Amino acid sequence: MSAALINPVAVLLLAPILAAAVLALAPGYRLGARINVAAALVTFAAAVTMVFADRPVPGDYLLVDDLNIVFVALNTFVGLTTSVFSAGYIAHELDSGRLTPAYLRFYHAMYQVLMFAMNLALLANNIGLMWVAVELATLTTVVMVGLYRTPAALEAAWKYFILGSVGIALALFGTILVYMAAQPVVGEGMAGMVWTVLIAHAADFDPALLNVAFVFLLLGYGTKVGLAPLHAWLPDAHAEGPTPISAVLSGLLLNVALYAVLRFKLLLAANPLAIAPGPLMVGMGTTSLVFAAVMLYRRRDIKRLFAYSSIEHMGVIVFAFGMGGPLANFAGLLHMCMHSLTKSAIFFGVGHISQVKGTQKIAEIRGLTETHPWLGWGLVAGVVAIAGLPPLGIFMSEFLVVSSTFAREPLLAIPLVAGLLLAFGALLLRVNGLAFGEPVGSTDPVKGSCVPMYAHLALVLGAGIYLPAPLVAWFQNVASVLG
Amino acid sequence: MHGLVFDTAHLLAGGLVLVSFMMLYQDRLSALLNTFALHALVLALSVAWQAHAQDAAHLYVTAAIAFLFKALLIPVVLRRIVQRLGIHRQIETVVGIGPTMLAGMGLVALSMVVMLRVTAEAAPLAREDLAFALSVVLLGLLVMVTRRNAVGQVVGFMSLENGLVLAATGAKGMPLVVEISVAFSILIALIVIGIVLFRIRERFDTVDVHVLDRHRGEQP
Repeated sequence: MSAALINPVAVLLLAPILAAAVLALAPGYRLGARINVAAALVTFAAAVTMVFADRPVPGDYLLVDDLNIVFVALNTFVGLTTSVFSAGYIAHELDSGRLTPAYLRFYHAMYQVLMFAMNLALLANNIGLMWVAVELATLTTVVMVGLYRTPAALEAAWKYFILGSVGIALALFGTILVYMAAQPVVGEGMAGMVWTVLIAHAADFDPALLNVAFVFLLLGYGTKVGLAPLHAWLPDAHAEGPTPISAVLSGLLLNVALYAVLRFKLLLAANPLAIAPGPLMVGMGTTSLVFAAVMLYRRRDIKRLFAYSSIEHMGVIVFAFGMGGPLANFAGLLHMCMHSLTKSAIFFGVGHISQVKGTQKIAEIRGLTETHPWLGWGLVAGVVAIAGLPPLGIFMSEFLVVSSTFAREPLLAIPLVAGLLLAFGALLLRVNGLAFGEPVGSTDPVKGSCVPMYAHLALVLGAGIYLPAPLVAWFQNVASVLG
Repeated sequence: MHGLVFDTAHLLAGGLVLVSFMMLYQDRLSALLNTFALHALVLALSVAWQAHAQDAAHLYVTAAIAFLFKALLIPVVLRRIVQRLGIHRQIETVVGIGPTMLAGMGLVALSMVVMLRVTAEAAPLAREDLAFALSVVLLGLLVMVTRRNAVGQVVGFMSLENGLVLAATGAKGMPLVVEISVAFSILIALIVIGIVLFRIRERFDTVDVHVLDRHRGEQP
C-alpha cells in the first residue's frame, strides 16, 4: 500500500482511539508504555504527512487548513515526546507504589483518548463537534488529575471538573448563539454549524447576536485557556496530577482551547458591524500576564510555580493574537510553539526532580546542578528559556510581541513589559535556589532519560538562533489568515 | 405564530425558570433532588412541545432522554448515594436564602435585558426561549456557588445543562448531534462524579467540599 492511499486525517483520529482500546486491555505496564509510544509515533507521522500532503476538501465535520495544521503538528510532536517521558516516569511511580498496574492501564488508555479528543477538536470543521471534542478532552484530564487519589489530587480534580464544566457550558451557549445568528442566513440544519460555511457568510450575520456569542465563547473556552480570573483550576490540576499530564495540559490542552477562541475570533472579524474581538483578548491577556507574574513570587510548590508561568505565557499569546496584524500574529504563533516546547521540557525535568527528591516543595530542593548535573542544568536551561533570555526561542517571540506593541500601541506595552520583567525576576530567583547552593535531600540517580527534555530545549535553542525560511513563510501565511 | 403554540412554549420555559428559583431555597438535599426531578420533567415537557411546534421528530428523542434519564434515573441514583452517605440532613448553604433570591432575580433581569435586546430579529419563540434558557443557566450557576455540598453543586450543574438543552431546542433546526452530545456528556459527567464521590467517601467520609479545601497543596 503506498503512502498516498492512506488518509493521514483518518490515521490521526483512528490511531489514538484504537490504541486506547488496545491499551485498556494490554497487560503489563512495559508493553502498555511501548504501545503508547508507538501510537504517538504513528500519529506524529500522520501529522507530518498531512503537512506535506494536499489539503483534503473540507466536509461537514472535518477540515484541514493552514491554521490547524500548525496546531496538529505541535500537538502530535509534544504528544510523542511526552509518551517517551511518561514511560520512564510511570515505571518509577510503580516502583514507589503510588500507582497500581490496573491504574496504569487506565492511565495509558486515557492518554490516547486525550490525544484523540485534542486532534478531533483541532480538525473539526463543525463548531458542535469541536465543542464535544473539547468536552471529552476536559473529562479525560479530570480523571487523570485525580489519578493519585490523594486528598489534594481529589480536590484538584473536583475544582477542575466544576470550573471546566462551567466553562464548557458557557462555550456551548455561545455555540448555540452562533448557530442562531447563522440560521437566518445559511438556513436550518447542519450548514449553520459548519465553520467554512459560517466564515463565508459571516458578514451577513446579526452583529449583536455574534457579539454576545463571542463573550460567552471567550469566557467559556478562556476558562480552559487558563485566562485570569478564570484560571483557578489550573495550578491545582498541574500540581496534583501525574507530571506527564501537567506537561500535556500546559503544552497542548491550553493551545487547543486557544485554537477554539481563535476560530471564533476570525468569525467575528469577518463581520464588519460586530465588535472588534481584539481589545477583549488584549484585556484578558494583560490581566493574566500581570496577575500570574505577581503570583509567581509566592509559590512554594515547584509544579505550581510553572503552572502560574503557563498562565503568564498564555496571557502573552492571547495578548499577541488580540493585537492582530501580521507581525503580532506571527509572534503569537511562534510564542505558542516555543512555550509548548519549553514548558513541556521543564515539566519533564520537574517530574524527574520530584521523583528523585520525593517532594515538590521548592524549599526542600537545592543544589541540583551538583547532585544531578544533567537534570539540574537542563532545568536551568529550561527556566532561562521560559524567562525569555536570548538566544533562546522565547526571547525572539517575546521580543516580536513587545516591539510590535511598541510600534502600534506604546501605552499597552507598559503592562506587557512590566509583567514580563516581573515574571523574569521570580523565575530566576527560584531557579537559583533550586539549582545551586548546598545540596539537600536524596541524591539517588535519575531513572528514565533526559532525552525528551534536551530534544525540546535543542529545538527551542535552534529556533532562537535560526528559523528556517520555509517555516517562516508558513507561519507568515498562517498569520495573514488570522487577520 | 399562532397564540396557543407560543403561549404554551412560553409557559413551559417560564416554568423552568420558576423551578430554578425553587431550587435556590431548598435547604435539604432530598428536597433539592426532588426539585431537580421536577426541573427535568418541565424541561422534558418543554422540549416535547417544541418538537410538536417545530414539527421536528428528533426533538421527541431529546425530550424522552430528559424525562427518563434526568427526571427519573439520576435523582434515584443520587438519592441512593445521599442516603448511603447519610447526608440528607440540612444543607449548609453559603449565603442566606434572602440574598440568594435577590441575586437570582437580578440574574434573570440581566438575561432578559441582554437576550431580548440582541435577538430582536429572531423568531419570537426562539427569542423567548433563549432569554429563559440564559436565566436557567445563570440560576444553575448560582445554585452551584451557594452550595457547599458536592452533591448540591452537581445538581446545580445539571440544572445548568437543562438550560442549555432548552436553548438548543429553541434554536430551530439545530442538528441533533448537539442534543445527543449534551445528554451523553451528562452521562459521562455522572460517571466522573460518581468516581470522584466514591473516592471522596473513601478518604474523608464526607462530601463537604470545604473539608477538601483544607487540603491545599501549598502549605508553607
